Amino acid sequence: MSFHKHYLDNGLPVIAELSDDVHSSAVGFFVRTGSRDESPEIAGVSHFLEHMVFKGTEKYSADDVNRIFDEIGAKYNASTSEEITLFYAAVLPEYLPRAFELLASLMQPTLRSDDFDMEKQVILEEILMYEDMPTFSAYEKVMASHFADHPLGNSILGSNQSITDLTVDQMRAYHASRYQTANITLAVTGRANWAEVLRLAERHCSNWPQGIPDRRTDEAHAVGQVEVFPREGSLQQHVMQIAAAPAAADDLRFAADLLSVIVGDDAGSRLYWEFVDPGHAEAAEVGYNEYDGSGTWMTYLSCAPEETLTNLGRIQSVYERVNQEGVSEDELEQARNKALSRIVLRSERPMGRLSSLGSNWVYRNEYRSVTDDLNAYRAITPDDIRRLLERYPLAQTTTVAVGPLESLV
Amino acid sequence: MADQPVQSHQLDNGLTLLVEPMRAVQSAAFSLSVPAGVVYEDEGLNGSSAVLCDLMMRGAGDLDTRALSDRLDRLGLQRGESVGWNHISFSGATLAENLIPALEIYADVVQHPQLPSDEFGPVVAGVQQSLRATEDEPRQKVIIELRQRCYDSPWGRPTDGSLTALTNINLESVRSLFDRSIRPNGAILGIAGNVDFDEVREAVASAFSGWEAGPDVPIIRGERGGQHDHIQTDSNQTHIGLAYDAVPYRDDDYYAAWAAVSVLSGGSSSRLFTEVRERRGLCYSVYATLNSLLEEGRVLAYAGTTPERAQETLDVTVQEIRKLSEGIEEAELDRVKAGAKSALIMQQESTGSRASSIVRDWFHLRRTVPLEEVHRRIDSLTVGDILRYVKEHPALDLTLLTIGPKALEVPDVVS
Repeated sequence: MSFHKHYLDNGLPVIAELSDDVHSSAVGFFVRTGSRDESPEIAGVSHFLEHMVFKGTEKYSADDVNRIFDEIGAKYNASTSEEITLFYAAVLPEYLPRAFELLASLMQPTLRSDDFDMEKQVILEEILMYEDMPTFSAYEKVMASHFADHPLGNSILGSNQSITDLTVDQMRAYHASRYQTANITLAVTGRANWAEVLRLAERHCSNWPQGIPDRRTDEAHAVGQVEVFPREGSLQQHVMQIAAAPAAADDLRFAADLLSVIVGDDAGSRLYWEFVDPGHAEAAEVGYNEYDGSGTWMTYLSCAPEETLTNLGRIQSVYERVNQEGVSEDELEQARNKALSRIVLRSERPMGRLSSLGSNWVYRNEYRSVTDDLNAYRAITPDDIRRLLERYPLAQTTTVAVGPLESLV
Repeated sequence: MADQPVQSHQLDNGLTLLVEPMRAVQSAAFSLSVPAGVVYEDEGLNGSSAVLCDLMMRGAGDLDTRALSDRLDRLGLQRGESVGWNHISFSGATLAENLIPALEIYADVVQHPQLPSDEFGPVVAGVQQSLRATEDEPRQKVIIELRQRCYDSPWGRPTDGSLTALTNINLESVRSLFDRSIRPNGAILGIAGNVDFDEVREAVASAFSGWEAGPDVPIIRGERGGQHDHIQTDSNQTHIGLAYDAVPYRDDDYYAAWAAVSVLSGGSSSRLFTEVRERRGLCYSVYATLNSLLEEGRVLAYAGTTPERAQETLDVTVQEIRKLSEGIEEAELDRVKAGAKSALIMQQESTGSRASSIVRDWFHLRRTVPLEEVHRRIDSLTVGDILRYVKEHPALDLTLLTIGPKALEVPDVVS
């Protein structure tokens, strides 16, 4: 594997981790924009724009875009989170130039109003689809509740109202203000030639507008609350809880990741043995999520409604014990092995490396090889976990429940 | 295309070992499929396989449930168990040097599980809760319900069980399912990754050769659910499930059938995505997929949309399915071929997908299919082949299941 980086004259960072040991290449544009960068009147525009990008340019119609990607057998898609909109394609190496040209041109889409009106229907259907999924619904609501006074609480999809009211001009203005070179990272992984990557970048990205869009990244300080959303006819209770955890640029993030494996992995963790193994819950997990300037411990519990209160109390006991006593070297060793094997398996596909390469650059402006990550996990000690817990104890600051229950008291 | 050919070996007890060495990776993956899927459950005890599968992981040999899980975690094994129609499958992936120690543990899981009585209650509670969670997710539920209406019992059974049948299951019935169905004859162990065939064969022979063969278990064909059905809920969307007959994986026409479904729903230039979503904005999610059992197959299709637009969505979907026989463009077939070629090549970057692929081949065909052969067969397909297939297997006899606020009408065949 070899790492390369370069900045185009317009400021666009181009990074690549190349290898001849794989069969495919992956290319991604990581745009540092998402729901946290939206004002209430344009809620959901980042995600809607992600869809609209595939409607094409002056040169390529929406049908052309769909057709060309299929002609070269590309595995391609896009995703929108609170803070990154990612466009990517994995292809056989001979098709990298074609995939690159198309994906790059889409970063400056035409945003035609008839396409906008048609796609609005699809977005409204997507919002309804997710509302039919209690876990997703609980996620949106707990983020909104925890980050009540912070942009990280903004909904990714937006609401039926905000999408209905959104105009194509608002979307064009948002695109112009966010899709600027200092806000985009071009990443390439897998089988490719660096000189060719540079040539493609120069040819297809050098006329992009420059600019450094800003973002508010102060750490959120949630006060916490409990909200219950009764759902008629549903059988299972879904509860999500959030507490503060290290932010993306914090060196404590490796310890945080391992702690979440020890306490809250979906199998073999403390929560698993306490709740899932004995049948008290279908799922009881805690995950660590990192954001620009903030982080979260995200607890998820799915159980019978009548057991919910007892289970939440017992989660609190599990957390209190971890906060007081830390973890053992033995548990840490087991979690390390799990984490290391996940990293290696993920790294065997160019698509797996792409997300790691891009995120490290967007969040921390650094390159980390697989070996760097393996070493960072190996170096974590129980003392590191103790330091982490002193600053970011496991907690249930904000609670949202979706399901049959009317209240949580 | 492939690294090295797949090598196979059969133990005296009937267990088939398949190994695909892959030199460019550090990992190795396995998939162990045992003929204990839901088709082998007793009538009225749907869910026994799901309970058995979970219970088998709760202690084996000298290891209790906790020790077993800790041991596998220490090996860094990313693992999963799943219940299918024909098999219970145990699968995992980790660094190649940890593969054999992991397999030795699974040898105990299939031969000497403790099936502890004190774990039975918790396992059933877990299965019950996951069934309740599925009840809350109409998008998942619609496909499960659709299968019960387009396949005869027991092939239409839900793999996770059913809430009503679960109350009839006890530890004895689960142990009895174990005794008759967890056997090496009919079991397939597929391995892909940076491993040496001879070394793996020796380790597998030593760990699994004590596993005793059992008699084959007969399957009794029963009835299926109503062909046109609706489940009333107050969900936001109407969830539409559609099915019609297709050929199974072992059929000579399988690749033609697969290509027909790919023209319909392969990539984003495929017909359903273009006509239902892109041109009309009727839904976010619409797809069709080819599903294959050993001796029969179906196309299963899904669309989810607002109740007011659900009839139009169904009509357009069915119209596109039936229009296939009127003609397919060369360019559409070319795109299907391009997608297949890159999918086949990229599969070689994943030990997990190769391990499950070779097991699937063996189950359906009693041999593994080299990627070159798959590529050649897809590449040699013509528009004429696909049209002939579509005309011989017209989508006339549709099974329709909807979940939502309002039932829909099955579109008539327009001649």
